[in-house]
Amino acid sequence: MSTNLLINLSYTAAAVLFILGLKFLGSPATARRGNTISALGMLLAVVVTLLDQAIIDYRWILLGIVIGGVIGTLAARLVAMTAMPEMVALFNGFGGIASLLVGWVALAQSQLDSFLLLTIFLSVLIGGVTFSGSLVAWGKLSEKLPGRPILFRGQRLVNAGLLLANFACGALFVLYPEQPFWLFLAVVLSATLGVMTVIPIGGADMPVIISLLNSYSGLAACAAGFAINNNILIVAGSLVGASGIILTNIMCKAMNRTLGNVLFSGFGAAGGTTGKIEGEVTALTTEDAYYVLEAAQSVVVIPGYGMAVAQAQHVVKELQLLLEKNGCEVVYAIHPVAGRMPGHMNVLLAEADVPYDLLLEMDEVNPRMENFDVAIVIGANDVVNPAARETPDSPIYGMPIINADYARTVFILKRSMASGFAGLDNPLFYRKNTRMIFGDAKETLGKLVRELST
Amino acid sequence: MDLVYLSFILILSVFLGFELIGKVPATLHTPLMSGANAISGITLVGALAGAGGEGSMLTITLGTLAVVFATINVVGGYLVTDRMLAMFKKKAKVK
Repeated sequence: MSTNLLINLSYTAAAVLFILGLKFLGSPATARRGNTISALGMLLAVVVTLLDQAIIDYRWILLGIVIGGVIGTLAARLVAMTAMPEMVALFNGFGGIASLLVGWVALAQSQLDSFLLLTIFLSVLIGGVTFSGSLVAWGKLSEKLPGRPILFRGQRLVNAGLLLANFACGALFVLYPEQPFWLFLAVVLSATLGVMTVIPIGGADMPVIISLLNSYSGLAACAAGFAINNNILIVAGSLVGASGIILTNIMCKAMNRTLGNVLFSGFGAAGGTTGKIEGEVTALTTEDAYYVLEAAQSVVVIPGYGMAVAQAQHVVKELQLLLEKNGCEVVYAIHPVAGRMPGHMNVLLAEADVPYDLLLEMDEVNPRMENFDVAIVIGANDVVNPAARETPDSPIYGMPIINADYARTVFILKRSMASGFAGLDNPLFYRKNTRMIFGDAKETLGKLVRELST
Repeated sequence: MDLVYLSFILILSVFLGFELIGKVPATLHTPLMSGANAISGITLVGALAGAGGEGSMLTITLGTLAVVFATINVVGGYLVTDRMLAMFKKKAKVK
């Protein structure tokens, strides 16, 4: 059997393992096995590629794999669960730059036709956008860059010009491949485009952009696959590209916005009115909150990004255990865009050992919201804002929300009366059944836990 | 012919991807994303030929850099996904 045949048969096997891996990732019971299967597929693909006769020197490969392996292992082991969004963004960016470099290397091939040159350009373009975009996302998520949208006059015009410049550069690159200038320009332009795409995205829109960048990293690998005529790159890359696009779509739907709107509008800076809000804010001490909770039969916890910031997930779990001991049912209601990446809250609560079957999705919890004695909103704001349901001229009108206001009593754990990410006032805070418990969420919950455990 | 064949693979994989991911529950969105991200490190396979080939110094340097970045993506991605998934537990039926 020739080496080439062996390699291609193994690639087929690797593709099957990736597909099975993704399939098993679809259920919590099998997800871990799925990830292992997919990793085995990757191992198979890499090992069998080393048999390729075109590879004559293993020293640099070994060096690269050792360096990358050590960095990757350390990063994966050491990162705190709360820092997961920025970690995912960073890994994503590395995948992007790797595809950019693979495209660049492909330029050294002997026979280059226009189609090949076009795919090389595309791997550089998408890889570059993924890399610089992911770095900006990483900076925003880890708060090394301001999380608010960065907007300026004529931004759309600049971006449209940049996109055109990219395409023009691509055309010139395909026409004059012997001139390295066009390739360098393509690298610079794509990196600039990545930065410009992500800077107008505000914190709460991060789940959308992270999913989108995830998709791009797959598409970059896919383009690189065309550039080096390798079908496993195309299969794996397009699987990732498709999954990223689906996630992006789910996130957009959860905010009732189109992708274009997220990318170009810089939501947070828009401001807007919620109309007149009636009623007044009622504050509650933790002591009084304790009496309410002690008598409650059922409690729903609605976490948001604030829970991640306060790192309150462990104390939430303690509260859950004490309430359950008291004969109270406790569930969690998770909005699809709560936090800074898809499924952010689920990961944090899993870290605190909260069983995943207590985490209900919006559509499961809303129909039975009236039956909860208490809804505890921890660091969430826009995802429980009833203006999305009631005020047609509100910027978030139409966004599906968790109807916390339908619960008998609503506790809002909040530092102060500052408005949420969208810069909107939240009518929920002024409802008759709403009680505000001001202070750091972790401390407040800690006090409640102490009261309940005595 | 190559182009037709590769496009054929592309289109089928995209549809397969849509089918596979459409069913993932929201609770697994983060591990799914980070697991998919690890798969996108498949570009490592392409980087190997550059780093180990008989090309110029430039090609080898670029290839080696690509190997480093792609390996971080692959190793880190799979490990971090595994770490997350190890935490997902179902409620015990018997108390």
